[in-house]
Parts: sequence; structure tokens; C-alpha cells
Amino acid sequence: MKSITKLGAVSALSLIIGASAAFAENIKIAFIDPLSGPFASTGTNGLHQFEFAADYMVNEKGGLLDGQKMEIVAFDNKISPKESLIQLQVAIDQGIRYIAQGNSSGVANALTEAVDKHNRRNPETRVLFLNYAAVDPALTNDKCNFWHFRFDANADIKMDALTDVIAKDESIKKVYLIGQDYSFGKAVAAAANEMLGKKRPDIEIVGDELHPIGKVKDFTPYARKIVSSGADAVITGNWGADMLGLGKAIIDNGFTGPIYTYYAAGSGITGAFGESGKNKIRLISQGGINPIATEEARATYEAFKVKYPDGNIDQSRIFNVIGMLAEAITEAGTATDVVAVASKLEGMEYESMWGGKVFMRPQDHQLIQDMNVGVHTDENIDFDYDNSGFGVFTESTVEMASMDIPTTCEMKRP
Amino acid sequence: MDLILVNIIDGLVTGLLLFMLSAGLTLIFSMMGVLNFAHASFYMLGAYFAYQISIALGFWMGLLIAPLIVGVLGAGVERYGLRRVHQYGHVPELIFTFGLALLIEELVQFIWGKNQMPYSVPEILDFTAFAISGNSIPAYKVFMIFTSVAIFIGLLYVLTKTRVGMIIQAALSYPRTVEALGHNVPLIFMGVFGVGTALAGVAGVIAGPVLGTFPGMAFVLGSIVFVTIVIGGLGSLWGALAASLLIGWITTFAKSYNIEMESILNGIGISTPDNLDESIFRDFWSITSPQIADILPYILMVLILIFRPAGLFGKRSS
Repeated sequence: MKSITKLGAVSALSLIIGASAAFAENIKIAFIDPLSGPFASTGTNGLHQFEFAADYMVNEKGGLLDGQKMEIVAFDNKISPKESLIQLQVAIDQGIRYIAQGNSSGVANALTEAVDKHNRRNPETRVLFLNYAAVDPALTNDKCNFWHFRFDANADIKMDALTDVIAKDESIKKVYLIGQDYSFGKAVAAAANEMLGKKRPDIEIVGDELHPIGKVKDFTPYARKIVSSGADAVITGNWGADMLGLGKAIIDNGFTGPIYTYYAAGSGITGAFGESGKNKIRLISQGGINPIATEEARATYEAFKVKYPDGNIDQSRIFNVIGMLAEAITEAGTATDVVAVASKLEGMEYESMWGGKVFMRPQDHQLIQDMNVGVHTDENIDFDYDNSGFGVFTESTVEMASMDIPTTCEMKRP
Repeated sequence: MDLILVNIIDGLVTGLLLFMLSAGLTLIFSMMGVLNFAHASFYMLGAYFAYQISIALGFWMGLLIAPLIVGVLGAGVERYGLRRVHQYGHVPELIFTFGLALLIEELVQFIWGKNQMPYSVPEILDFTAFAISGNSIPAYKVFMIFTSVAIFIGLLYVLTKTRVGMIIQAALSYPRTVEALGHNVPLIFMGVFGVGTALAGVAGVIAGPVLGTFPGMAFVLGSIVFVTIVIGGLGSLWGALAASLLIGWITTFAKSYNIEMESILNGIGISTPDNLDESIFRDFWSITSPQIADILPYILMVLILIFRPAGLFGKRSS
């Protein structure tokens, strides 16, 4: 069954690539993310959601402008910044004007710099960078530029909402921070330290450490340290195999408190945690899946399940990317003049089907949206992940989270 | 100091797991003189097969059947792949196994997809065996330890005490003489290759539920297995055991204690520079042991290669 789906996906992909030569007027989005290696599942699932969103929200409704279709072209960057820059160049050479990337802020930092440079030197082939998941705050602060738009809440905003929830829980006295050793993991730790210190000065940070990304075979020693530190709660920004490995080790080795995470859902992670993670794993994210936010979202999810029976919508913001881009292109009346599209995109208010209004802040191109903290459970789940019966149930919502969070961004507009 | 005992147990689990992988690899190396790059891929296959079987027949049938399938596959690879390539020399053999590793990874992704598989510990072992001051030791880990020790003892017995084992040992060192005595040496090679890969399969079956079953699992473990057999001495079973345990304990302890480079350097009499933030050695001074835990085995390998090129238990003088 799975292999048939795969075969279908592969042949569909090759058809799309084959067809692209014939219909040169398609609006192409280059999807540059890991499609092989340890983080392949995260990347591939993102790709499926992009392809589905483009088809369902744009192409099946007649396309944009004069019926132009939106098309996702996949590039495998193997999670390497170097490889990503090569793929970026390939994408630009193919005449693609929109770059989507999300996995790893390290890659995003390299891409945003390269895009900025390219756009300054080549005004006639400028591109936009649609960042759907890389949440290093620097991308919309010191390193911000006009071409970069972030559709996920950044690590600071997520931590702000997360610490609001933790601060209300009087039983938490000791917190352990652990993350992957790169810009994002460090940003999470810094934000947690700062915000917990402000909101609950009585909470003690009993551990603050980083581990190599994608290289740890066995998280047991880390779990031992966490248990013996006497922590009441763990906060981690881990994702992919690192998230599952860490979570499993912590739970197996006797930790009973809540584990606050950024990415412990979907891509097989929910299924693999199953019963063991129930009411322990908590997740900060945008978009309400359980309970589902709107009837439109329900119809969308059901249509997605028909196309990808094994898939999840675990990054509903991807639908906001496609929806907002489509609206900006329509308003600008062009898909090739990216300056016009970007001008429409900044400051845009958009009614998201996943709940609430979202707002692209013009001063730093950070999308402001509702943030939810949910729990991993099998109760009251409309849409489970990984067909496991388990899903994420929203426990609390922070509306328009960090609407006025300060930014150091000094945007230079063309 | 209860944590020391817990870490010893954790390191033992890691080390024994590594041993099951490196035992097969080191046997295959001493037999064919070629490193099998695809060895960790057989480990991955073991986990995936066991997962698939466990859905239908439960974990224990998976533990029984999956290594057999992996072993038969391994024997087939030797019989119909490596043996043909062998006549062209070592480099084509290396390239063959390298290609095989990539092929297996792609095949696994094609069949099972790229997601984590929900392959989990069987229910009867899903409890805490005992706890040492709040640190629980899962029953499954105890099971892992006993399984690997049993396999090691079994392997050692077969290799040193039985007639089959003697013929294998003889064939490893003097294949032509053994052949002249009327034994079927190619069959022995095929058997050793099959058993070696089956061992990797067993490791996959019992590691899959703990370390995760995903297409990257071979990649994550692949290089460390080579390091293990180089440190232990190529072709030595005892060496593989010693090196596996050594690596298991070194990495576990390094991760469990935050030993800072600063305190080590201060300890040996070098004082911290006043303006550390501007010093070019700032990163070096701020290293902590968990950060470098996973490269310690590689450092150890380099040191072994310099001072004892044959490895801890290696016999090769050349």
C-alpha cells in the first residue's frame, strides 16, 4: 500500500517536472528541504503539504491571474547549507521566483543571505524567500531583509506563549532545557532562560545543555541527567529523529513530568510515542487541528487524507503560505515582479482557515498569529497523526501572540 | 554516586549493542579482507523486518524470523554479488558494498517511507525492572544485556570449541590448505557472511524499539562500527568486545557529566585567560564533555592507529 502511494507520488512528481517544460507560464515555487538522510521524513511531509495546498487552494479553483497554475518544484538540500545554496542557484537558473524552505535555521540563515545578495546584484531575476518553519529569531531581527517572510512564529514568540502556560502551573519549580547544538537550539535556550526569569523568578533552571544535531545514537545518558536533576518539566526545541529519541529516552527512564516541545508531532513521531507519551508530551504550535478550527479546515483535511492516507497536516501554516502568496499575487496583478508581490505581502491581514486572523508585520516580515499549546493524547481527537489514534489536543490559546514583540530589524526596501 | 552505577549499566547496553554489529563485521573482514560498508544497512533491515513481522505475529516471532531473513539475504549477497566481484580485487568489492548500502537505504525508503516506524517494546517487557535512586532501568534493557551476552557466549563457543568453528578459523587464516583438505571454503565464507549479517539483524531487531526505526538509522550507526573494529583490532572477536564496551562507557560517561575544558586545563596548571571573550581559543576553552562525547571514539581511533596500529587485540604485524 505504502509502496503504491510512493510510486504514485514519484510518478506524479516526474510528471510535474516533465510537464513544467510545456507550460512555462506556471508560477513555480522551489521547495528546498531535506528529502534524504535523517530528516527526510520531515522534509517529505512538508513537500506533500505544499503540493496539496497549491493544488487544492489554487489550481483546482482555476489558478491565478490568467489561469496560471502554481507548481512546487522539489530540491533536496540534505539539510546542508552548502547544498542549499547550490540548489538555490539551480532554482534561480530555472527561472523560479519563489523559494520555500523551513527545516533548519542554519540553512535559512545561509539562504536569506544568498537571496539578499542575489537580489541586489540581479534586479531582473529577484526571488522571494518564503520561510515556513525556520524559527531562529535572528532571521526577522539582525539578519532580516525585504525578501524574507516568515510564516511560523519565531522561537521567541513560541517561548513567550509556552512560558505563559508554564508560569501558570504552580507545581513546576525546576525546569531542564535541552536542545540541538545550532543557532535554533541556542535561541530556544536563551529565550527560555530570559522569559522564565521574568515571569517566574522562583523557577530554577536545573539544566541547560545542547547536543550534536542528528548524530546522537542513544539519548539515555541525557535522560539520566534530566531525571537525576529533579526537574519537574523539560523544554526542548528538538525535531525529527532527535525529538523522538530524546522523548522516548526521557519517558523510558522514569521521567513523569510534562515535556514541552516545539515539534513533537507528525512525521511518525506521534505514532511512535503512542501510549507512552500520553499527557506527557506538550506542543506549542499555530493552527488548531483538535478541535478543528473551521469547517473549511475540516473539508481541507479530509481532502488531504483522501490524497495522502498516510500523511498528516502537521504544518498547517503551509496552507497560510500558499493562501497569502496567492492573494498577494492576485492583488499585485503579477507573479514575476516580486517587489510588487512582496509589497502586497507585507502588512497583509489574512483570515486563516486554521483559526484566527494572521498578520504579516511589515517592520520585520514576521507573521503574527494565534499560538496553541496542545497535549499528546487519544481523547477528543478529530484528526489523529500517523493514523495512530493519537493527536494533539489544544489546551490553551494565546491570541495574536507577541503582537508587539520588539525587533531590531532595519528593513531596507528596494 | 548512584549515577555511576546507572551509567555503567547504560554504557553496557550501548557497548553490547555495538558489539553485536562489530562482531559480524570483524569476522567478515578477517575472512575476506574487505570492509563491508553495507553492514549497518543489514542492521536497519533487521529492524524493519522485525517491525513488519511484529505487526502480524508479535515481537518474539520478529526476533526469531527477522535475523534469519537478514542472514539469508546476506548469504545471497555474498554468493551472487561479492563472490563475483571478488576476482577483480578489493577496490571493486569496497565499491560494491558501498553501493549496496545506498541501495538498501533507498529500498527501505521506497517500501516503508521516510517516517519513523511505530515499532515498540513488547508489552511484557514494558515495565521498570528496578530503579536506582529515581533512575529507572527498563526491563527491556536488561533483556538487551542478556540477549547480547548469550549471543557472545554462543559465538565464542562455536568458534573455539566446535569442529565447525575450527574449520572456520582455519579457513580464515589458510583458505588454500583447508580447501586442499577437502573442505568447501566458499561455502564457509558464505556461511560466515550470512551469520555476520544475521548478527547485525539481531542488533537491529532489539535496538529498533529503543533507538528508533527510521531510514537514517544505518547512517547514524555506520561509521562508529568501523571505529569499533579498528580500535579492537581487525578480525579479533575479543577486540571487538573490548572496544565496544570501551566506546559505550566513554560516550555514556562523557555525556552524563558536564566536565568543562576549563576545569581540566586549570587542573593541569594552565590558568584561564583574563579576556576569554576576545581570545581566539574561546571555543576551545568553553568545550564541555557532552559536546564532544560522540567524537571521543574517533579521537581514540586516531591515537590507536598512531601508537598501536594493529588495534588493542589485533594480531596483524604488517
